[in-house]
Amino acid sequence: MKKLILMAFITLVSSSLIAAVGTSVKLQDANIDIQDQQSRQKGMKTFVNYCLGCHSAQYQRYERAAEDLGMPVDLVLEHLVFSDQKVGEHMTNAMRSNQAAKWFGAPPPDLTNSVNLRGSDWVYSYLLSFYADSDRPYGVNNTVFENVGMPNVLSKLQGIQERVCQTTPNEDEHNNEPSDVISCQLKVKADTGVMTPVEFEETVRDLTNFMVYMSNPNAAASKRIGIYTILFLLLLTTLFYFLYKEYWRDIK
Amino acid sequence: MAGNPDRSKAETGIMRWIDDRFPLTQMWEDHMSKYYVPKNFNVWYLFGVLSLFILVNQLLTGIWLTMSYEPTAEGAFASIEYIMRDVEMGWIIRYMHSTGASAFFAVIYLHMFRGLMYGSYKKPRELIWLFGMCIYLVLMAEGFFGYLLPWGNMSYWGAQVIVSLFSAIPLIGEDLAQWIRGDYLISGITLNRFFSLHVIALPIVLLGLVVLHLIALHETGSNNPDGVEIKNHKDVNGVPLDGVPMHPYFVVKDLVGIGVFLIVFCLIIFFFPEMGGYFIEKPNYEPANPLKTPEHIAPVWYYTPFYAMLRACTFNFWGMIDAKFFGVIVMAGSIAILFVLPWLDRSPVRSMRYKGVLSRIGLASFVVCFITLGILGAIPTTEERTLLAQIATGIYFLFFILMPFYTRIEATKTPPERITIT
Ligand code: HEM
Repeated sequence: MKKLILMAFITLVSSSLIAAVGTSVKLQDANIDIQDQQSRQKGMKTFVNYCLGCHSAQYQRYERAAEDLGMPVDLVLEHLVFSDQKVGEHMTNAMRSNQAAKWFGAPPPDLTNSVNLRGSDWVYSYLLSFYADSDRPYGVNNTVFENVGMPNVLSKLQGIQERVCQTTPNEDEHNNEPSDVISCQLKVKADTGVMTPVEFEETVRDLTNFMVYMSNPNAAASKRIGIYTILFLLLLTTLFYFLYKEYWRDIK
Repeated sequence: MAGNPDRSKAETGIMRWIDDRFPLTQMWEDHMSKYYVPKNFNVWYLFGVLSLFILVNQLLTGIWLTMSYEPTAEGAFASIEYIMRDVEMGWIIRYMHSTGASAFFAVIYLHMFRGLMYGSYKKPRELIWLFGMCIYLVLMAEGFFGYLLPWGNMSYWGAQVIVSLFSAIPLIGEDLAQWIRGDYLISGITLNRFFSLHVIALPIVLLGLVVLHLIALHETGSNNPDGVEIKNHKDVNGVPLDGVPMHPYFVVKDLVGIGVFLIVFCLIIFFFPEMGGYFIEKPNYEPANPLKTPEHIAPVWYYTPFYAMLRACTFNFWGMIDAKFFGVIVMAGSIAILFVLPWLDRSPVRSMRYKGVLSRIGLASFVVCFITLGILGAIPTTEERTLLAQIATGIYFLFFILMPFYTRIEATKTPPERITIT
């Protein structure tokens, strides 16, 4: 029977290796610190200032975010709630989606769950990957999300980023059809934004951190409750085990 | 004297009062304190109790979810977010239910495998097996209906694909699929009826079947890893020599199992509730969208072996049957054949411990094929994978179809008269 289980296990492992094929674009590591409340607070500020105009976070309440991120509710109401909304309300906006669809080609999706949907590295990389492209309606394209409808809302901070491509001839002799190797890089034009690239990355990291929070506001509670629950169960199961041993002592 | 004098009754007090009106003491003895269980049960015999435990978990968490869930196309997705974010403890309840569904199938598959391994379906336990198979069928339907309820995009497209399978049936197919959906596409109407089936109809059927399953079990008594009847050797009082009473012996033993199960279960709930997308899939964080097909539609892991069989049928059966319909037949057949298992096994012994080498090879290949199909059903197809799925499907069926032959011709070992404890 052991052999049987082993065999089954080997099939399982080997086939899941086949399954592990990666995505095509290389993503940057968001490298966020979910313990860092300050980073999340800054992220929320960026979010309401730059994102909430078009996108909603319709399942997230301002007040809940204030509590979870350790901010006084009245301060949040004063500085982060722009419309005439109340602090207990969801983070929505007044843009109508059919209108938005006309402006951007597609209505800006709700962002409450975007990290769940795409992952934090994706969100982080996406926000860093806008580049100038005069063929696009808003003058920008994106290497992570090709032909995206969204303008680069953070360009004031980041500056103008360009895609610089280099062509190097392929030196490989064994290759019958020598083809050129094209490698492209994103570079920010100097002095076009108010932030340095490092500062900007930090800002996007904070923003991503806030979006990670929104995607699962129970994460911290889950870890805390989880640890106590498991400890309790370990204790309980140990007790059960001794009870069982005691009862079964003289059964042979 | 009130009540039936043949019953076991308490001497005095409130229990006596009840016993004169309701056979409580008798039932307690029949099913617990004087119900004898083989003492050589191993870990494989835990999964029945665990199924029962998870069933209760699903019922209780389901009741609480229903308090806040809204079964409409407009409100379903948002109501799940409401449960996850605004309802006190809502996220724990939801994760208990969603993880519970996966745990249910994991435990049931192990429970069924135990039956295969120890020949528990063989005479006189055929009805236990048949009721079990009905439970399994209902459970698959229950899971399928429940999966649509969050109204995420994968829920939607999963349901679309599965219901459209019915349209592969010649002549009546299209009408049948439309009758199931109540619409031309999966819509709010479909959601309403799936909700009704998921929270009322199927749970009632499931509970009834579990009761039948257990009544049948307690009539014959349990089989065991040796596959020998403990009822063949009794002491002067008619107590099986190799049995111990369910209560307290197996109650305390099962508690240990439940404890261990709960530890694993809670680890998942609190630390990996999505299980990397296998328990809760990424596209389900987006509301259902009839215009946006997810890149890769796959059913939840517990259906993937059958989905792989469906996709493995890529050819028109001698030009007579359409490939998709053939796939549906194969898929239905793969489950139907399990129902007749008790009559396919002609071995003189029950347990794999005493069966011959052919049975062992058969069971091992069956398990490998089932798991392989499970993996293939979860990932996109390629030509090689389809071939592999075809081979695995073939072996799956051969395991059953050849069983009447290999179980008869192989040499078996003689089981012991009495139970052995290793
Ligand atoms: C809700 C689902 C189910 C519940 C609650 C349940 C419960 C149980 C329990 C408590 C036992 C006795 C303990 C044990 O042997 O593990 C049992 C035995 C058994 N069950 Fe189930 N069961 C379920 C589903 C199934 C299914 C799907 C099958 C097979 C198709 C099945 C086949 C059997 C068999 C053959 C036995 C007798 C095993 C033996 O004596 O060796 N059960 N079940």
